[in-house]
Amino acid sequence: MLYRETGQFKTSYKGDMAIFTIRQDRWALIAVLVFVVIGVPLIASQHVIAGYLVPFLIWSLAAIGLNILTGYTGQLSLGHGAFMAVGAYSAYNLASRVPELPIILVFLLAGLIAAVFGILVGSPSLRIKGFYLAVATLAAQFFVEWVFATYPWFVGGAASMVIDTPPMDIFGYRISSHLDNYYLVAGFVVVGALFAKNLVRSEIGRAWMAIRDMDVAAEVIGIRPLYTKLSAFAVSSFYGGVAGALYAFCYVKSVDFTAFDLFVSLKVLFMVIIGGMGSILGCFLGAAFIVILPIVLNEIAHLFAGQVPSALLTNLEHMIFGGLIIFFLIVEPHGLARLWTTMKEKLRLWPFPH
Amino acid sequence: MEAALKDKAATLLSVNNIEVVYDHVILVLKGVSLEVPEKGIVALLGANGAGKTTTLKSISNLLMAERGNITKGTIEYQGEPIQGLSANQLVKRGVIQVMEGRRCFEHLTVEENLLTGAFTRSDGASLIRQDLDLVYSYFPRLKDRRNSTSGYTSGGEQQMTAVGRALMARPKMILLDEPSMGLAPTLVEEIFEIMQQLNEKEQVTFLLAEQNTNIALRYSHYGYILENGRVVMDGEASALLDNQDVKEFYLGVSGGQKKSFRKVKHYRRRKRWLS
Repeated sequence: MLYRETGQFKTSYKGDMAIFTIRQDRWALIAVLVFVVIGVPLIASQHVIAGYLVPFLIWSLAAIGLNILTGYTGQLSLGHGAFMAVGAYSAYNLASRVPELPIILVFLLAGLIAAVFGILVGSPSLRIKGFYLAVATLAAQFFVEWVFATYPWFVGGAASMVIDTPPMDIFGYRISSHLDNYYLVAGFVVVGALFAKNLVRSEIGRAWMAIRDMDVAAEVIGIRPLYTKLSAFAVSSFYGGVAGALYAFCYVKSVDFTAFDLFVSLKVLFMVIIGGMGSILGCFLGAAFIVILPIVLNEIAHLFAGQVPSALLTNLEHMIFGGLIIFFLIVEPHGLARLWTTMKEKLRLWPFPH
Repeated sequence: MEAALKDKAATLLSVNNIEVVYDHVILVLKGVSLEVPEKGIVALLGANGAGKTTTLKSISNLLMAERGNITKGTIEYQGEPIQGLSANQLVKRGVIQVMEGRRCFEHLTVEENLLTGAFTRSDGASLIRQDLDLVYSYFPRLKDRRNSTSGYTSGGEQQMTAVGRALMARPKMILLDEPSMGLAPTLVEEIFEIMQQLNEKEQVTFLLAEQNTNIALRYSHYGYILENGRVVMDGEASALLDNQDVKEFYLGVSGGQKKSFRKVKHYRRRKRWLS
């Protein structure tokens, strides 16, 4: 009803190629941004910010990274946890060994180091495809875990192999409260998401999608497969690296190799699959589903504590979560983002069915 | 004319006013009705995007895979509604689709491909063997190449394999989608020739979607012309071949005297079929 294009004429090519061509979309985006900046601190408690929103945003960023590689370029990867780990450890080493570096630069450099690692991991992708590539990236996952578990140099020689992250300063301002952390993470996610959205609409993004849809046809129209695949690996692991650094510095506040195991890779892959392959919005929906839904279910379960045995309650939580995953995938096999797109299309035509 | 045809043979398949919507919002078929008499060859003609393949897919129930849905209308086969049946159940009832672009199992040999066609049969190996020989008698070329991997045979051989594979199920009816796609004219002629023989000798009914109006009408009994998801014309194949508008639009023949391009354009605009 409200979502109509009536009367919104595009009079220039620029207007036609804008990210959000429909006025309602632009308003919605502005509303979300205002909510993120002003609304959340007013409404949300410290507990919600530190426990729900910060991890949700960080996982969304990680999912955007993997979606670029798997959803947009079609290269199945099980090594996203490794890229996040490389980002986290790079950020720790940069911040502790070169304390003069501004913290934002540290995160970006950590992303770049992860990108270089991503290019290395992705280099066999020209020859290896599909499941075999997934196994090749799995090797990277195990290798990275092993390296960080074996060499104490990466954690400054700490015998426990786990070390707290140094405090963060931005222009002399010490990031200390949960809200500060939240703003830092939200800043990275907003910029990262807008950059990614524009990237996938650009020449390189179209090349990625061409490689995904049919690599031979893409090659025939002049797209360099190796360069395109490696650039996807680089951008993807850049996002993964930044997300890993944020995860270590702003969420768990320590660097720990067990935090980036294979399960992390799978978790991000599930976010991409449930949220929607090839959709930036889907990354947020997927991250919300995987990160926030279990917490919400847990909170609901707490309401019944006492009446129902706690072991049963925990089992029920997992069963409902699993059931919901299956339910949403049956309703919409192409992910939550597709559900949203279909709904939008329907609203645009309302009250006509087609 | 239509009534005369109906009297001759019972209706095997009837499609009544179906509407197909893709992706919940894109209306592709806007009420298509057609009838296929038993042991007939019916051609479904029209330009790209007219809805030929969609019609075939809605009959064989393959639309779900492409996020399509029949929102209105009914499809009846031998008097029974078949919309609820899946494609594999239809095979058991004798309706088989030969998909556009062949779709052979490319890692199997030609003979293995043909044998997969007999997957639903349970009447014994010797009968299947007989049918294999029958297929080879229609397509002698496949016999020569029986042990080659299907992916490495030529386009024509793959099309023959696909038709042969459909025959192996002993179908009552074959839905043939674009048999001429990407084939040399002589090969196309050969395939249509075989289709006609199969129709006469094996009593197989064909519903055929084809771009090549000329050849399709020469080999079929009845034709439907689709445009923009609607049937705009139907009739006996011979009558359609002689029809002035069909000649103009689909056969590329103008009425005798050469017209200027502008006149042709004007004529086409005037005669555009919009129902």
